[in-house]
Amino acid sequence: MSSAHPRLLLIALNNAPTVLFALVLAAFGLLAPQFFTGQNLTNIGVQASSTAIVAIGMTFVLLTAGIDLSVGASMFVGAAVVGKMVLAGQPLPLALAAMIGVGAMFGALNALLITRVGVMPFVVTLATLYMGRGLALWITQTRAMNLPESFLQLGSLKLAGIPLPIALFVAVLVLAHVTLTRTPFGRQVYAVGADLEAARKAGLDTRRILFGVYLICGVCAALGGIISLAQIGAVSPKFGEYREFTAIAAAVLGGTSLFGGRGHVLPGTVIGALLIQSVENGLVILNADPYLYPLVTSAIIFAAVLLDSTRNRVLARIGRRKIRIEETK
Amino acid sequence: MFEFRGISKGFFGVPVLSDVSFSIESGSTVGLVGENGAGKSTLMNIMGGNHQPDAGTLMLDGVSFEPRGPRDAAMARIAFIHQELNLFPNLSIAENLFLTSFPRRGGMPLIDRKTMRKRAAALLAEVELDMPPDTLVEHLTAGERQLVEITKALSIEARLIILDEPTTSLTARETERLFALMARLRGRGIAIIYISHSLDDVLRICDRIVVLRDGKLVASGPREEFTKERLVTLMVGRAIQQYFPPRVTRPSADPALEAIGLSHAGVVHNVSFTLQRGEVLGLAGLMGSGRTELARILFGLDECEHGEVRVQGRSLRSHSARESIRQRVAFLTEDRRSEGLCVEASITDNLALVTLPSLARLGWLDLGKLFASTAAICMAVRLNRSARASQPAKSLSGGNQQKVVLGKWLLAEPTVFILDEPTRGIDVGAKSEIYTLINELVARGVAVLVISSEIEELIGICDRILVMSRGELRDEVDRPDFDRERILRAALNKP
Repeated sequence: MSSAHPRLLLIALNNAPTVLFALVLAAFGLLAPQFFTGQNLTNIGVQASSTAIVAIGMTFVLLTAGIDLSVGASMFVGAAVVGKMVLAGQPLPLALAAMIGVGAMFGALNALLITRVGVMPFVVTLATLYMGRGLALWITQTRAMNLPESFLQLGSLKLAGIPLPIALFVAVLVLAHVTLTRTPFGRQVYAVGADLEAARKAGLDTRRILFGVYLICGVCAALGGIISLAQIGAVSPKFGEYREFTAIAAAVLGGTSLFGGRGHVLPGTVIGALLIQSVENGLVILNADPYLYPLVTSAIIFAAVLLDSTRNRVLARIGRRKIRIEETK
Repeated sequence: MFEFRGISKGFFGVPVLSDVSFSIESGSTVGLVGENGAGKSTLMNIMGGNHQPDAGTLMLDGVSFEPRGPRDAAMARIAFIHQELNLFPNLSIAENLFLTSFPRRGGMPLIDRKTMRKRAAALLAEVELDMPPDTLVEHLTAGERQLVEITKALSIEARLIILDEPTTSLTARETERLFALMARLRGRGIAIIYISHSLDDVLRICDRIVVLRDGKLVASGPREEFTKERLVTLMVGRAIQQYFPPRVTRPSADPALEAIGLSHAGVVHNVSFTLQRGEVLGLAGLMGSGRTELARILFGLDECEHGEVRVQGRSLRSHSARESIRQRVAFLTEDRRSEGLCVEASITDNLALVTLPSLARLGWLDLGKLFASTAAICMAVRLNRSARASQPAKSLSGGNQQKVVLGKWLLAEPTVFILDEPTRGIDVGAKSEIYTLINELVARGVAVLVISSEIEELIGICDRILVMSRGELRDEVDRPDFDRERILRAALNKP
């Protein structure tokens, strides 16, 4: 009986993100009638796309018990490069490819420093964060760049009636979900997150797997950055700032553990990203005091981390209570 | 089939193995015994390609075999099952089995889950583990996880399986199941190297026995040539006259620790007993009988719904480990690596852990006092003389690690000492020294509660034995009535 109790608690904790999401939707639906209109829900989807894509990449890294603080900075470098190229008359597709390349390079650099030099992910990506922001400020000479109209049109483009940001988001999501649940690489990511040393002993190429997750995270950051660029239409010196924290919050809020080995992009991270965006959207509709936003965001992040550590404690308790009525013949 | 030819290996100039040669035939089980530090693990690490020998060769089917890593060993179809299992609790049984060789769908990087499940189910049937392949490993018991490890060995069609102390976390029934499975594997021509401190098991299930001492092979031959006494003599190099040192002191009639009606749903039920000053009280029971859980409750690590714990007649109101330590109760946990030691920290730091507050004045550590008292305790617990105080605890052998944990608590001068599996996984010589230490403690009036899976050990050192089963006390036996069968019967909950 006493073992049933923490198990129930664990089930509740595992489903807490979904329940919380439903409650938030219900609350705003009651307070603001226009919240549940098709137009507004589409808006939430469009606005959440960028965060969700970055958070999906972040989920891969978190699953290996790592962290990537440099995603916001790599987005800024990519955006700076795109801005320079487009304003110099380069074709748009080439500029976008360059942005993805910058993201991949950041991922590769992080992975190399972590796997070859053996520095902790937190420290490595903190360093590349400052490096990236410095580099991008140098490229832009700390001036804001307004992108041409063609870029903004990208943001309002529709594919078969679906806004491009949502289409990209869904594509990344499906790919990430299949990768994590159905491919050898994905399952090995979970193994590495559970126990790096055991994974190495089992004969897994842990360097390759870690390289893979940071690369994926970098590319996802670039894709999320492209959507942000298309929505904002300008590269400001603050571009991408604090995006790493929104991404981590979305992933953790969706049930991905900072301790590694546990979490999903679907529904997990997606719920987390939509939840954060819904709260923001709902506050705008309710005409809430803008100074309230950071408070609400901090409450969300706190809730996410509390959820994770509570679950870890419950897991530890379940692991400890091994008393079972056995040997009864 | 597999042969060690004159293997030598040293670390930093210290020889660990010298000129070890023996061979293993297909379908035979070789028991490898030796004290901790005799070189067993190094020998296995050489087989697994983690270390390269300084001299000598490994021969596989008459051809020289030079593994450079775990993958080479797997390619040669050699499987290692370590004491700490190498499973991933967050993955399913099937995923654990095929982690490095997932069946794929066509040429795509997609896992063929149907095939994976089918193959996993077939393999699980071979070890008679009746579990859906999709079950997460974290839901399995220790014994079931061991079977999954063996299934993993079968999945690479291992010809040689090395089992390192496989029974330490298994119940008696799971152990029997493992031995039956080993017999079947032998029938299929699979060779097994069985490493264990449980000499009875080695004598029972192995065809041949190899004894290592100080890196040298001191005996090897068919099982019939050995007895337990001879094995012990060979391992330590001298006949231990008395495995269990005699004790002259008797318990007093002065209660040191009392448990009154302890009950907690699903854990313990109505447990009451009294531990006297100067008494060694044994707590017998199978794994999962609630022994460790009871100890944790007594020490205040886990909560308990009903009942009370009294130390020196005083009820422990606030039930916490801090309060227990204040009342000078000490608790040596069964899992010394993760709960008893800070393995990366030095011997001195580990020793001082509990008593640190008393070694400080106005917030400053009195280092002189610290080093003096820890040095004294190293002597008292007979810690290996060559060990330096600044050396990390993980560099010590199991027996010496356990002495450090004991020393840590002895510094706190306990009046009640709860020892949970104090001799698990440590060698015969160190075991004997720990028994002597227990005698010295009770001679000073300390009350000792010993939990052990080895009934012989309890019979050898206790004044009285309580037998636990399914969270309840089933029997209480005084020294004159000690009887292995009676205790085992009560532990198995048979009338």
